[in-house]
Amino acid sequence: MEYAIEIEGISKRYGDVQALQQIDLRVGKGEIMGLIGPDGAGKSTLYRILTTLLLPDEGSASLNGYDIVKDYRHLRQILGYMPGRFSLYQDLTVEENLEFFATIFGTTIKENYHLIEEIYVQLEPFKDRQAGNLSGGMKQKLALCCALIHKPEILLLDEPTTGVDPVSRQEFWQMLKRLNTENITILVSTPYMDEAAMCDRVALIQSGEILTTSTPANIRTEYQGQLLSLKSQDMYHLLKTTRSLDGVMSCYSFGERLHVTIDPETSNLEMVQSALSTKGISKVEIKPIEAGVEDIFMQLLKRSDA
Amino acid sequence: MKKYFAFVKKEFRHIFRDKKTLLILFGMPVAQILIFGFALNNEVSDAGVVVYDMSGDYESEQLRTTINASNYFHEVAQVHSIQEIEASFKAGNAKLAVIIPRELGNDLRNGRKSTLKVIADASDPNEAQMLVAYMTAVTMKGTRGKVDAKMELPLVTAEPRMIFNPELKSVYMFVPGVMGFILLLVSAMMTSLTIAKEKEFGTMELLLVSPLRSTHIIFGKVTPYWILSFINAMIIIILGITVFDMPLNGSVTLLIAICLLFSLTALALGIFISSRSNSQMTAMFISMLGLLLPTILLSGFIFPIENMPIVLRGVSHIIPARWFIIIIKGIMIQGAGLSILLKPFGILGLITLFFSVAAIRGVKPRLDA
Amino acid sequence: MSDRVIHVDGLTKRFGSFTAVDHISFDVKRGEIFGFLGANGAGKTTAMRMLCGLLDPTEGNADVAGFNVLTQAEEVKKHIGYMSQKFSMYEDLTVKENFEFYGGVYRLSQKTIKERLGEMLARLGLDHIEKTLVHDIPLGWKQKLSFSLALLHRPGIIFLDEPTGGVDPITRRQFWEMIYEAAADGVTIFVTTHYMDEAEYCDRVSIMVDGRISALDSPENLRKEFKAQTMDEVFRQLARGAKNAAG
Repeated sequence: MEYAIEIEGISKRYGDVQALQQIDLRVGKGEIMGLIGPDGAGKSTLYRILTTLLLPDEGSASLNGYDIVKDYRHLRQILGYMPGRFSLYQDLTVEENLEFFATIFGTTIKENYHLIEEIYVQLEPFKDRQAGNLSGGMKQKLALCCALIHKPEILLLDEPTTGVDPVSRQEFWQMLKRLNTENITILVSTPYMDEAAMCDRVALIQSGEILTTSTPANIRTEYQGQLLSLKSQDMYHLLKTTRSLDGVMSCYSFGERLHVTIDPETSNLEMVQSALSTKGISKVEIKPIEAGVEDIFMQLLKRSDA
Repeated sequence: MKKYFAFVKKEFRHIFRDKKTLLILFGMPVAQILIFGFALNNEVSDAGVVVYDMSGDYESEQLRTTINASNYFHEVAQVHSIQEIEASFKAGNAKLAVIIPRELGNDLRNGRKSTLKVIADASDPNEAQMLVAYMTAVTMKGTRGKVDAKMELPLVTAEPRMIFNPELKSVYMFVPGVMGFILLLVSAMMTSLTIAKEKEFGTMELLLVSPLRSTHIIFGKVTPYWILSFINAMIIIILGITVFDMPLNGSVTLLIAICLLFSLTALALGIFISSRSNSQMTAMFISMLGLLLPTILLSGFIFPIENMPIVLRGVSHIIPARWFIIIIKGIMIQGAGLSILLKPFGILGLITLFFSVAAIRGVKPRLDA
Repeated sequence: MSDRVIHVDGLTKRFGSFTAVDHISFDVKRGEIFGFLGANGAGKTTAMRMLCGLLDPTEGNADVAGFNVLTQAEEVKKHIGYMSQKFSMYEDLTVKENFEFYGGVYRLSQKTIKERLGEMLARLGLDHIEKTLVHDIPLGWKQKLSFSLALLHRPGIIFLDEPTGGVDPITRRQFWEMIYEAAADGVTIFVTTHYMDEAEYCDRVSIMVDGRISALDSPENLRKEFKAQTMDEVFRQLARGAKNAAG
């Protein structure tokens, strides 16, 4: 496989804080790679290193074969970057922002309009509105347009969907999928675990370390223990009770259900069910399920803490 | 080049879209100059003067009429010795004394320069400064009409001596002073603020990630403010000339050159500051404390440099506005040419060069280091 | 009446010609966890500000904790707690100093503050960070402390504005368990969130679209009504076709 992004042993410290620790990551050409982790995991630092804004303390990285330290000038021509915080000119209009970014990359809106057309038609009615007065979802779309207007080879998106409502988030991902067909490599970070399913591959990151890298489909094979889904009337009581049972490795709320991990060596579905009924909880809907990205992430978090 | 123009265009959009910026840019200079000028105009009116006329001929009579005819002064008594002058100061009858030299008439008739002595009661130094300056202006204006058309300078120059504060100060001090102050404010503070704003709002990150060079960013930022500072300087000069009768005795080209140079100094300072501050707040503080305050206090704009303690006098040498004020005064009032002003021009040029290099080297292609 | 701690009747807010909140009405019961959802720009923040007595309604009325938001705004503020993701504690003060400050604002005695702080820290297992600067503690702990802080003056109702944004999934769940505990103690919870799985943790959920409440029920009933598998789907069905989405 040919790699668009190759990161080897990158570390970065800020004073006492180790922001990144020996990060290794490879992203194939034309892939959508999801970088998933909570705030403070080191995602933004990694982005700033890849966008040539920061120098790593250790390690090296190259994008499409260009080194982030040596070839930073060339990289700045071929990268599209959307920072975590909305970073366009709030006092310029939608159109003025886009035009400015097109020009500084030595291109015009017209030249690459086909790339942004689908997104931009939604923004067009507001093209004379100042960017600061757009809604969260619209701001993200404009930022994406500005990052795309010079037809970058690699798109680096830092938390493009944070703080955006579910509908806008879904639309945003659809746009990324379409861009991917143009053979643009995308590295996108998110704190929302459910967005992992939209990526070709995901890397889970926490406390400056990559916990695991895998495809969304394969990642569940990493799960240790057997996962059960439980539901009853009084969920809070169920949670407390289940957590106290023998053989239960973990127990967390997942929306309207509980996800309970049991050690298959010492426990099984029936044992949980009977243990619960001896504690007075009999009306429980219980079924085995496959682990999702969030389950895995939580398990890896606990493992790395231990 | 296209990138550069795109940047300049964007910068102008920021400026013209923000009412507050516009107000600082254009409201402030006009307000400042009017406030200073107005305060000044109110202060000198019908001040008492004693005259020690050693000449007593037709020419001196004419001069005394001129002084009396102005709205600023009236003659309260004739005196015949220095002691009497001091006495009338002590009695509070007069604030100013004019000594007309014996050879005044003779000098003027022979086309030579003659010098009046003006003595002021400097117990209130600011007032004394103003009175002397007004007297200088009145006598210069008064004698010009009588002078041969070929002569550019008035034949009679007043040579003031101040008791207790023996310094010559010009009434026109405030115009160059305000000009220096405004140009610093507009160029240095505003540029440092706009760059800090780009950092604060994260847009600097996007600019750095783009193929724009540091030079694009710097010159793109500097150009609009250079133009605006220059317009500002012109507004102040025109106001000074039309509203406050400021003379313009020297070369206009030189005047324009110094305004352009000083704006550049200020811009270099602004960029230098912004490379060391990450927020508008910090940029504002550094500009205020590091630039505007020293300019007001140490440039000789308000407080005479000669009265400062030796350390501050030393520091005043590196205050760009000090040299700027000297040059502007030289050009406008004394009508001095480049040969005379070479030293202050040279010093200002060096300061500008130093900060320009420091500023350009301070803008890094990355976020850290 | 005693069971109804929030009563909203035809509450409306207009900014010029734009109606941000359009005649919304609902009740919240004591000890209920009430989820307040909506897309960006749907009017959530405006409605929440009116309920906290920070913004006067253009029309309609609301009682919070038994006080009228229009005429008794100061009383309302005394009886509610508020926590948002954006602003919670002063980073340059220690945990203890933050609690002392907020306690002082609500006129609690130093003794009471000390007692309650000790209690809360013990419950969270964070006794050791009492004298640590807030700046130096991890985000997850900060969120939990902010929540405790908002409860310091024992308010009957607590407003939480996206309290779990950006927090790791384990901390997020621990946070919700704190919410459950508070609700079990009789505190009414009014919460906004962007995580749709968290909507499931609420007793009832309202979804705002274009300034109106377009759905209000328990998550289970809403899923049935909209024939949806998850709250995410319910939300999407409702938010599609919203006209103000860009505004």
